[in-house]
Amino acid sequence: MNAGENLDSAFSALADPTRRAILARLAKGEATVNELAEPFEITQPAISQHLKVLEDAGLIVRRVDGTRRPRRLVKARIEVMDRWLAMLRKTLEQNYDRLDQVLAALPPPQKGESR
Amino acid sequence: MNKLELKTEGDTHVIARRRFAAPPELVYRAHTDPAIVQKWLLGPEGWTMPVCINEARPGGKIRYEWSNGKGAGFYLTGEYLELEPYSRIVHVERMHIPDATPDNHVETRFEPDGAGTLMTMRMTLPDAQTRAAMLATGMEGGMEASYARLDALV
Repeated sequence: MNAGENLDSAFSALADPTRRAILARLAKGEATVNELAEPFEITQPAISQHLKVLEDAGLIVRRVDGTRRPRRLVKARIEVMDRWLAMLRKTLEQNYDRLDQVLAALPPPQKGESR
Repeated sequence: MNKLELKTEGDTHVIARRRFAAPPELVYRAHTDPAIVQKWLLGPEGWTMPVCINEARPGGKIRYEWSNGKGAGFYLTGEYLELEPYSRIVHVERMHIPDATPDNHVETRFEPDGAGTLMTMRMTLPDAQTRAAMLATGMEGGMEASYARLDALV
């Protein structure tokens, strides 16, 4: 899948805390469904459902290894999303830091101007 | 320190929230008075806004043009939909880099927070193509190598 496609589904996939935790675990290396389900107090089918959402969003892929199907991260996709949000954050932070200075230099509002 | 909070909501929105020391009257003015907007809505260091049109009334036009002084530039156009001094602004905007991006619908709220203001801005998330185009503009220079690590998402 092209890294620039369907980023909306990737953002949506990241909205869930369990899925973010799964991604954090996979950032340390590939893991099977059983290994991923272990730290969570939810059933294996529920984990599989989360994995499907992450897979459909192109954030993870599965590998065939005998009877095992370990999942791993697709890093390029994570980076494209990350980069866009990082750019937005940086731009807004720089703007609002400047706005702090501009506001400090403005005369305070006159009495009666506020509602 | 007044830290920016940034989060996605569903698959179509981004919410930015930040506190300012100044009261809502001033923060609202800083968003609607072109002479003030021109001083801060600039993005990365080195960029300026030579053209700033900001007609703060329903139906009023917005046009911001940015330049990095080295030949790179882009502009934004928009229209105001609703204004409630000094608490709420609703407008639409689009970037031209140089093709127009899909409309971004923005609601900005200013709430009193002690002597200051809590500002919450709810934006439409640009589609994948628009994000790629925005990353490709000169604005990316402002990002440096500060790509958040995956841990930062958790």
